[in-house]
Amino acid sequence: MTRFGSLGDPPASFGITGARVIDPAAGVDRLDDLAVVDGRLAEWATLDANAARIDGSGLVVAPGLCDLHAHLREPGMERAETLESGAQAAAYGGYTTVCAMPNTDPPLDEPARVALVLERARRCATRVRVIAAATRDRAGERLTEIGELAEMGIVGTSDDGLSIASGRVARGVLAYLGPLGLPLIEHAEDASLAAGSVMRAGPIATRLGLAGWPPSAELAVVERDIALAEETSGWLHVTHISTAGSLEAIRRAKERGVHVTCDVTPHHLAMTDAWVAGDRRFAWEEPSGIGADPFGATLDQELAYDARCRVNPPLPSRSDALALLGGVADGVIDAIATDHAPHPVERKAVEFAAAAPGIIGLETALSLGLAAVAAGILGLARLLEVMGSGPAALIGEERALRVGAPADLVLFDPGARWRVEAGTLASSSSNTPLLGMELPGVVRLTVADGRITYREGVLEQS
Amino acid sequence: MTGWPHRHLLDVDQLTRDELERCLDLAVEMRERRLRRETLDILRGEVVGLAFCEPSTRTRVSFELAAEALGAQVVELPIDVSSVTKGESLVDTLRTLERTGVTTIILRHAQSGAPYLAARSVPVRIINSGDGSHAHPTQALLDALTLRDAIGPLAGKKIAIVGDIGHSRVARSNLHALTALGASVWLAGPPAWIRGFDGWPGVHVADRLEDAVADADAVMTLRIQLEREAGGGVPSIREYTTRWGLDARRLALASPGAPLLHPGPTNEGVEITAELAASERSLIATQVVNGVAMRMAVLALLRG
Repeated sequence: MTRFGSLGDPPASFGITGARVIDPAAGVDRLDDLAVVDGRLAEWATLDANAARIDGSGLVVAPGLCDLHAHLREPGMERAETLESGAQAAAYGGYTTVCAMPNTDPPLDEPARVALVLERARRCATRVRVIAAATRDRAGERLTEIGELAEMGIVGTSDDGLSIASGRVARGVLAYLGPLGLPLIEHAEDASLAAGSVMRAGPIATRLGLAGWPPSAELAVVERDIALAEETSGWLHVTHISTAGSLEAIRRAKERGVHVTCDVTPHHLAMTDAWVAGDRRFAWEEPSGIGADPFGATLDQELAYDARCRVNPPLPSRSDALALLGGVADGVIDAIATDHAPHPVERKAVEFAAAAPGIIGLETALSLGLAAVAAGILGLARLLEVMGSGPAALIGEERALRVGAPADLVLFDPGARWRVEAGTLASSSSNTPLLGMELPGVVRLTVADGRITYREGVLEQS
Repeated sequence: MTGWPHRHLLDVDQLTRDELERCLDLAVEMRERRLRRETLDILRGEVVGLAFCEPSTRTRVSFELAAEALGAQVVELPIDVSSVTKGESLVDTLRTLERTGVTTIILRHAQSGAPYLAARSVPVRIINSGDGSHAHPTQALLDALTLRDAIGPLAGKKIAIVGDIGHSRVARSNLHALTALGASVWLAGPPAWIRGFDGWPGVHVADRLEDAVADADAVMTLRIQLEREAGGGVPSIREYTTRWGLDARRLALASPGAPLLHPGPTNEGVEITAELAASERSLIATQVVNGVAMRMAVLALLRG
């Protein structure tokens, strides 16, 4: 029996007893029973006597998670991931919606290509929404046919992987998207400032002799785009912010009413530039070894220059990671988005600077968040909001655990632990520095639009 | 040669102070035995592969002479510099070599960290002979030996290093070695080339060349990569020479008789005047001689 279902399955009926039900948008956090009848949340009394029941004691039920930023690699890079494998990875991680980035081969820059992906994704294990390219061929020159794409249900446009280099073009995109109620999802990186860099500038980069990426590379584009959003009344969404400077710029822009939102990845919250030198302590842990003594500590010969830590934007300084965690807690950051970026083995089994940038995240994001919760850095309800109902609201999806609504939820055991291993990941790729590490938080059940998309140890079929 | 705990030499940072001293002492012994033209067979049966994925003459020849002097068979590995610098197949290439019987690989590579990838991918000894901007441990060891011979124990000494520290693997490995041996190191050069090193214990970043060189017990200057001026670090090579080039006048600021080192090859008239490079203050020729002895010592120690 496969652990995975799909959105093409019949709607499910089951009950969960005695779980901690958290619905951040409704301010709910209580022990309760929860019934699903024919794919919708229902009064307990209407649950058929024969329907399966899950003992929810010790488990948490929350609205399904929503990822604003994932690379599902289809079409064109199916060795790294497919819509099917990526959607299963998402379901494994508790996601019910994943937004697919358009930097495929060919890119999702015209309606027919977007339609192809939406059609192929219809029977996957997760709702797949599409972010279309902002410019044709992601070349930063001519706008894609945004109006027609909007009618197809795209959630925004992005040339992710690159910034829109031309301020004039970026302003055009923001102005055109504004009335459509859709964001420009900007990968903020000034190409000239970032040129040649492979990790975050700082003592660790100096120690390792790797070219450093200056925070100004991100801030320069964030500040430009905020000014453009203000001028055009457009909606700017800055994805994968990685510096305290960007966070503060966005905080100030929000305070004066600019329509700007942002997300951060789990790895920019939990990992630091010291990971490139072999450290594996989370940002919120007390530094030791190379993290505490970047020039003096001996490099770990097994883990130093691990290409799995190569990612763009690069892993942040510890102080920036802590600032970003603060931005999640205080609400300036609207969403945690994975930037799930699968790559085949040969793209990572190379010298650090030659490796393809990217870390997979769909299967580990909730666990990293729960590790931060366990460390007292974040509240559980805030974590679930910023991973679920918050981003869902940004793309117009409702997530409510109320009677009558379609069942769209995740059931997980926050106390259980699991080991990240290449062989058990649902993703076709395994490029994460978390391999071999043990993390808290095991998803037991994911239900998307009333269909069971993932189950582990519950609701087993005979 | 018992009790050496390291399989590889990837950087000086892995060595304790005692191990550093042991490298230096053994190199002295090797230097003397080589002078006496003794036949050594410490590496008999070993096949040492020279994998230079970047152009190099003196380091490659130095390793070749060292390995042969110890009785090893030496093979030059036919590495296509262009494909390896693109990072396409280093692991595959080295695995192939390992299967042909190579037991030690001397790896020179354009990218920082490549020897770490090699060491965990291939079951042979790896000696880093220069990786990107990161490390060049045998150069730092031979520099430490050259300095110790010239000015005595390095504890408490002031050593100045001048040039493009940021892109220099020689400088980084020297910082590890010299500070571990108790010296304080002063860095000087254009701001973009010395940025980021403050905070390294025992290291001082000088605003002016004169501050770094003043009363120094020794001065080391680095080769300037002539193409670097395009990166914005320095307005022109001519201005570099004007502001940071070493000549007799500037060296006069150092301690009387303070020696001058340069890892070579020199750009005479750029980072150092031809007169100074050829003067009796220059230890450049000694560095080359010590290079072979130090590489003999490292090969012998890793052989165990």
